[in-house]
Amino acid sequence: MSKILIRGAKVLGGEPQDVLIDGETIAEVGTGLSAEDAEIVEAGGKVLLPGLVDLHTHLREPGREDSETVLTGTRAAASGGYTAVFAMANTFPVADTAGVVEQVWRLGKEHGYCDVQPIGAVTVGLEGRKLAELGAMHESAAGVTVFSDDGKCVDDAVIMRRALEYVKAFGGVVAQHAQEPRLTEGAQMNEGVVSAELGLGGWPAVAEESVIARDVLLAEHVGSRVHICHLSTAGSVEIVRWAKSRGIRVTAEVTPHHLLLTDELVRTYNPVYKVNPPLRTERDVRALREALADGTIDIVATDHAPHPHEDKDCEWAAAAMGMVGLETALSVVQETMVDTGLLDWAGVADRMSFKPAQIGQATGHGRPVSAGEPANLTLVDTAYRGQVDPAGFASRSRNTPYQGRELPGRVTHTWLRGKATLVDGKLT
Amino acid sequence: MQRHLISAADLTRDDAVLILDTAEEMARVADRPIKKLPTLRGRTIVNLFFEDSTRTRISFEAAEKRLSADVINFSAKGSSVSKGESLKDTAQTLEAMGVDAVVIRHGASGAPYRLANSGWIDAAVVNAGDGTHQHPTQALLDAFTMRRRLVGRDAGLGQDLSGRRITIVGDVLHSRVARSNVDLLHTLGAEVTLVAPPTLLPVGIESWPCSVSYDLDSTLPKCDAVMMLRVQRERMNAAFFPTEREYSRRYGLDGDRMAKLPEHAIVMHPGPMVRGMEITAEVADSDRCTAVEQVANGVSIRMAVLYLLLGGNEPALTHARTTEEK
Amino acid sequence: MDKHANLHASDARPVLEGPDIARVLTRIAHEIVERAKGADDVVLLGIPTRGVFLAQRLAVKLQQVTDRKVPVGSLDITMYRDDLRLHPPRALARTEIPGDGVDGKLVVLVDDVLFSGRTIRAALDALNDIGRPRAVQLAVLVDRGHRELPIRADYVGKNLPTSLRETVKVQLTEEDGRDTVLLGVKAGQ
Repeated sequence: MSKILIRGAKVLGGEPQDVLIDGETIAEVGTGLSAEDAEIVEAGGKVLLPGLVDLHTHLREPGREDSETVLTGTRAAASGGYTAVFAMANTFPVADTAGVVEQVWRLGKEHGYCDVQPIGAVTVGLEGRKLAELGAMHESAAGVTVFSDDGKCVDDAVIMRRALEYVKAFGGVVAQHAQEPRLTEGAQMNEGVVSAELGLGGWPAVAEESVIARDVLLAEHVGSRVHICHLSTAGSVEIVRWAKSRGIRVTAEVTPHHLLLTDELVRTYNPVYKVNPPLRTERDVRALREALADGTIDIVATDHAPHPHEDKDCEWAAAAMGMVGLETALSVVQETMVDTGLLDWAGVADRMSFKPAQIGQATGHGRPVSAGEPANLTLVDTAYRGQVDPAGFASRSRNTPYQGRELPGRVTHTWLRGKATLVDGKLT
Repeated sequence: MQRHLISAADLTRDDAVLILDTAEEMARVADRPIKKLPTLRGRTIVNLFFEDSTRTRISFEAAEKRLSADVINFSAKGSSVSKGESLKDTAQTLEAMGVDAVVIRHGASGAPYRLANSGWIDAAVVNAGDGTHQHPTQALLDAFTMRRRLVGRDAGLGQDLSGRRITIVGDVLHSRVARSNVDLLHTLGAEVTLVAPPTLLPVGIESWPCSVSYDLDSTLPKCDAVMMLRVQRERMNAAFFPTEREYSRRYGLDGDRMAKLPEHAIVMHPGPMVRGMEITAEVADSDRCTAVEQVANGVSIRMAVLYLLLGGNEPALTHARTTEEK
Repeated sequence: MDKHANLHASDARPVLEGPDIARVLTRIAHEIVERAKGADDVVLLGIPTRGVFLAQRLAVKLQQVTDRKVPVGSLDITMYRDDLRLHPPRALARTEIPGDGVDGKLVVLVDDVLFSGRTIRAALDALNDIGRPRAVQLAVLVDRGHRELPIRADYVGKNLPTSLRETVKVQLTEEDGRDTVLLGVKAGQ
């Protein structure tokens, strides 16, 4: 097997060190390393992180290959520094059977850009009425451990309770898309000052918060753990903080866009800012950043949601909800968390690799950068600043809210078990 | 420079007064034997209506024809928001035919803004009502009606509505008329009070330049004009209010309530009226109700807007105000 | 004081002063009565802005001569201009047709300066949409020449041969605070 020697990399943002990869694993970490037959990568002070893990990606295959495929989605992931992504279940057909999750899992393996761990649907067809065969999906080759009806909320309290209980048998976790459906009928954007002015249907914070409150209490009652997808409001942060203080086993994620953008952008009526849950207010953004820094929110997950151009090139109400995020996530986190002093790079590694791997039980991912560990690594040029140019995206879709925005940081190299998937910013 | 009229909030006080003054002259054309001006000869205007609205459409059409514009009526009936692409495609098709302006009515809030700002077309865009967002020409014709009645036809020229107290009653939540009126009346110096059951007021209304009350009876004696908004019966099913009877008892305008208004105060309604719901027949048919006058004034206002946007080599309106300044 | 009052005041020289203007209007009033054989059916229509004031003054003079009230109004030509597309839209002025209308009447259009003739063409178009006068005549305070259309005035206060480099500015008390006609040179020449 080939050897790679990364020289002068700030491991997790620390002092520059050399990292020697031998085959699929990290052979040695230290200073002044040399290896005769190794390919040399001069890191020159770039930051070396464990390969990022995204607990919330929409790869769209099967069914919406016009917006993304497992191949294009995993290439986008590698571009963004990810070595593992969890693929959401809202495909066509829905990933609610062992057959569909195995198909997605196999496609990820074949392409080899990034490990793809399918998420299984909680209910058949995401319809919220009947539990899907959770056990069968877990026992399949895909080994599903995370279940979610994301895109829809498991709003029936009994179904949610049963799901939370049932997955305990094999250590699974339910990831809830917290959205009270009746309170969000016709919802188009965050309900508040801006929606009142623009005349767009409001998506009130309480529709998220009330479901989170219910679910943490349910999790406590049945002794399960629950994961909250894309938490977006200051109130949700308070509830999760309270739940954790009570010892309830709850974990939560925040998306990069909710760390940076606010509903003021909706004034442009440009559907590129249309997303679910919606962009919130400045106050929410501040609360989310603080919560991610203090650990109330455990991880950053992209909610990478590709959509074809025509689904965004229209009036707001007709547009699809969602933004691509894999290729800009780390930059946004650097902008909002690192450059603001809220989080150091070790913290970033924790929120974007260690913890998500732990929540999703992604074996071999989210491991320390030390000898004997799988060589899943990401090298980041943190000194870089540049404008986001969607034309250069590996994703099949371009629906980014950051077009033309200047952001810091650029992933230059990604290694998946010692194999380079990204070299000098170019996919292999 | 902006070439569109999308929101009443975009108009400065001077712009708004210029439109009202211009409309006052346009109104005089209606009294002539030949109700036509050659001003927009050779300009093509399309009325692109994605929602049924015969009265607004014919009002614009009358205005366009009186200014000698070539008029194309395009009604995309029954088209719901699910046909998103068709807005862009339709607009581009029309522009390919050499359209100078698009008057658009659309069920989706922001559709005219998108049309004007997305780079899809070059034509000027006039918002004839979008979703629950804005209906700027309605607000202008309402302000025009108020100025005529409260200040005077000639005395009103050059004047705004400083110090006038206007009460708007009804389904504010779903009303583009209310939003446009609050913006424009505030710009013109009037004091606006919104009256509605709390369920029909949007969350976030506290940032609007107006005051809010849940009690109609206490506001009536203090206003110069009261505008009754249409309340759709279907709202009842979504629990916005319990019954029609209860709504009209608490928020409807009947003869007894009208008697509480000051002597000079007028009753306005943007139409179509739901008699027995927000307004009784007695009030609707009284001399104080300006509903019919508002329709006539609509043509003059739309002539003024079209002249000021399209009559020269560039628009006469400045659109200097940004939303942040509100 | 109006902003026009000081327009090129330094390099503009008066060619008609207040008393001249009054005398000229008196003469035109007499000419109208003479040519219209009593002016029974005369309607004066001033073209905004200053033509309206001149028409009103003429109406007073005519009343003095004929001892009858002469109908007077205004005719805004903005919407009929042939150069609309060359400028931003202008604010509209008032069109005020006297109660009996213009049908079958002798309409005398009144303006301050006759220059290219385009204003008068527009006025004739505007008048056409209002009614059918028996005849239309034109009275101007100053005719400065350089016609671009086959139009002439029936009553002229003063013929003022000018070059195209020059400007003619009429000021009237009602609008400008004083009565005068100034001949100046175009700015930047």
